[in-house]
Amino acid sequence: MEVYLDNSATTRCFDEVAALMAQIMCEDYGNSSSLHRKGVQAEKYIRYAKDVIARNLKVNEKEIFFTSGGTEADNLAIRGCAHANCRSGRHLITTQIEHPAVLQTMKHLEEEGFRVTYLPVDKKGCIRLEDLERAVTGETILVSIMHTNNEVGSLQPVAEAGALIKRMDPRILFHVDAVQGYGKFRIYPKRLKIDLLSVSGHKIHGPKGVGFLYIDEKVKIKPIIFGGGQQNGIRSGTENVPAAAGLARAIEMVYGNLDQEVERLYQMKKAFVEGVGKIDNVVVNGHCDGTGAPHVVSVSFRGVRSEVLLHALEEKDIYVSAGSACSARKPQPSATLKAMGIEQGLLGSTIRFSFSVFTTMEEINYTLQTLYDIIPMLRKYTRR
Amino acid sequence: MAVPCLGWQLEKAVHWPGEWFTRGRECMFNVFLIKYAEIGVKGKNKYLFEEALAVQVKYALKRCEGTFKVTRTDGRIYVHALSEFDYEETVDNLKTVFGISGICPVIYAEDEGFEKLSRTVVEYVDKVYEDKHFTFKVHARRARKNYPMSSMELNRELGGVLLAAFPEMKVDVHQPEAMLHVEIREKIYIYSMEIPGPGGMPVGSNGKAMLLLSGGIDSPAAGYMIAKRGVKIDAVYFHAPPYTSDRAKQKVVDLAKQISRYAGPVYLHVINFTEIQLLIYEKCPHEELTIIMRRYMMRIAERLAKENGCLGLATGESIGQVASQTVQSLAVTNEVCTLPVFRPLVGFDKMEIVDVAEKIGTYETSILPYEDCCTIFVAKHPVTKPNLNVIKRHEQNLEGKIEGLVEQAIATDQVEIVRWGNL
Repeated sequence: MEVYLDNSATTRCFDEVAALMAQIMCEDYGNSSSLHRKGVQAEKYIRYAKDVIARNLKVNEKEIFFTSGGTEADNLAIRGCAHANCRSGRHLITTQIEHPAVLQTMKHLEEEGFRVTYLPVDKKGCIRLEDLERAVTGETILVSIMHTNNEVGSLQPVAEAGALIKRMDPRILFHVDAVQGYGKFRIYPKRLKIDLLSVSGHKIHGPKGVGFLYIDEKVKIKPIIFGGGQQNGIRSGTENVPAAAGLARAIEMVYGNLDQEVERLYQMKKAFVEGVGKIDNVVVNGHCDGTGAPHVVSVSFRGVRSEVLLHALEEKDIYVSAGSACSARKPQPSATLKAMGIEQGLLGSTIRFSFSVFTTMEEINYTLQTLYDIIPMLRKYTRR
Repeated sequence: MAVPCLGWQLEKAVHWPGEWFTRGRECMFNVFLIKYAEIGVKGKNKYLFEEALAVQVKYALKRCEGTFKVTRTDGRIYVHALSEFDYEETVDNLKTVFGISGICPVIYAEDEGFEKLSRTVVEYVDKVYEDKHFTFKVHARRARKNYPMSSMELNRELGGVLLAAFPEMKVDVHQPEAMLHVEIREKIYIYSMEIPGPGGMPVGSNGKAMLLLSGGIDSPAAGYMIAKRGVKIDAVYFHAPPYTSDRAKQKVVDLAKQISRYAGPVYLHVINFTEIQLLIYEKCPHEELTIIMRRYMMRIAERLAKENGCLGLATGESIGQVASQTVQSLAVTNEVCTLPVFRPLVGFDKMEIVDVAEKIGTYETSILPYEDCCTIFVAKHPVTKPNLNVIKRHEQNLEGKIEGLVEQAIATDQVEIVRWGNL
């Protein structure tokens, strides 16, 4: 049995999405900017995609901009807004547990002379609103907070933060990186007072290489990529028609059955957390109940190196992640876990299991059984 | 007789030609003269080495755009371009052929009388040397004795022509900065530059050795050094899943590929070593784990070597670098082998090894941070002066089980043929 439990890294594409994309690539392959029929045909797919997304977020189609993925959406949101609004102030706020796409962009802006406040998190991996309130100054132009953490699945108080920010100063822009949360929750930016929202395609069974940024029409933003002026000049470059259409198809499928699916994910998560708890010396990080993300479980196995456990599970055809895949190539302890104050000895022993619509209860049980078998064996052979 | 040349420090030489012959303008060279150093002093079996070198030169040229003819005449190897070719690509590939001490780009001209020859020589000097403030000497050779002028006459006359054309140039017959060779054969060869080759001896002229290849910096450099002496390389990598990942294995394949650029196709043996490691961990004192493990690696490598026609083992060990490479440790490790173990880096400092690794392009890959097979079990204080008798006594703890595991490990041998490019 092959068990893929690394769905926070990427997901298997839906067959319907792949089929639609193949058709667009081989038959309706026009450039959506071309004037002839082929171009119009391609443009229809873009319209379809924007329509699906706009209805899903309850926003205007004109507020959707396709990007090459979550990282570009984050870059565009943060750098684009910072540069367009730097005359009102040069202070930005984010959290210590953001994805590198946000953190590294912030680091880069610091080099350009912006000041950045990184909000700490509590033991469960959530920011505190008091910290946010204290951090806002007259100089603040943008707050960027992720919706769902990619490593431990903690949910940030996005609605409360949005309300708080706008109450303090309605001009401050609010960016939310929803790459992990989108497809698991209904997110309505207007209601949550979100000005910019980043989403990636391949985390919700869509294709890689596509994502979008929702930009509220009032937001002043500058492009970070220049060229032929497509997408209102905000994001030049020929539209990735098959990927955009594939993303929209995936959204339709995921949201078509969302409540039931999320309920099922929470049940699997509950069973998994309970099962893992039967192993000695194990710590589950973050929220393990309904207040966390339904699809992410972060577990620290004392005395077992995460890389070794990962490869041992791999031998049993179970695929998981040590830390998050995005930073797993750098053998540093995860910044998120550190920020949560996880004990030093557990930092290198943490594994992330992440589920999807394709995960079954049978796979969960197989994984638990495998863990029961190999953890004692691995604990026997450790560095003395 | 070998002639002094600019080759030894071409990069720094003031007369290093501009990039005119590769960028924008048409390449004026159509022949390369391949010089070899050590092979030249061989005795009656010299032809064997020359043949091996010609084979390796042809092999390297297969990776280049264009068609070439490789000829051996008068104790020399010439590469004639028969079509358009990419000068830089060709030189880069020739620089990977062991046995070549220098590569001279040659102008190959028809014999159309002395007038034409002097014009060609003047044009050559004009194009190759932007700054004409240098000393030179014309060195003519007349292999075709019916040429109307003697070598001495040619030297004098051509020297005069050049001085007339470029008054800044000066003649120095003892230590010229540029030696202008003019060789009269069926056609005329003109050259003055020598691009340094890697030296050594052609791969395949000196048997085959089994290289113990890890993911580190040293072993690929050792493989290069051994191959440089004409030895063909097979390699063995000890894989320890789940303690080492597929990425660590891929890294070793990538390193073998870099080596194969110089050494030709490498047969990479991958051995699953986990069970042996775990048994040693269980049964032997922890401080001796690395040394005992290495003894088993050597034993297995030697078995593979013998089965695959290798006449020796090669490792990246360097005296005193780490606990398992002290003289005492090397002696204990070595004791299990009957084949000679070549340790080309034995006297190198780490920085010198890094220099080699950087030169051959393995350094970047080697420092990628994937777990290698030993680190996870390494003791905090491993023995640095192991005693052979003590080690042997502790190895007895493994008896009864280890023999089976060794056979089992050898049975896991998976061979991958690693090549540079598609060749």
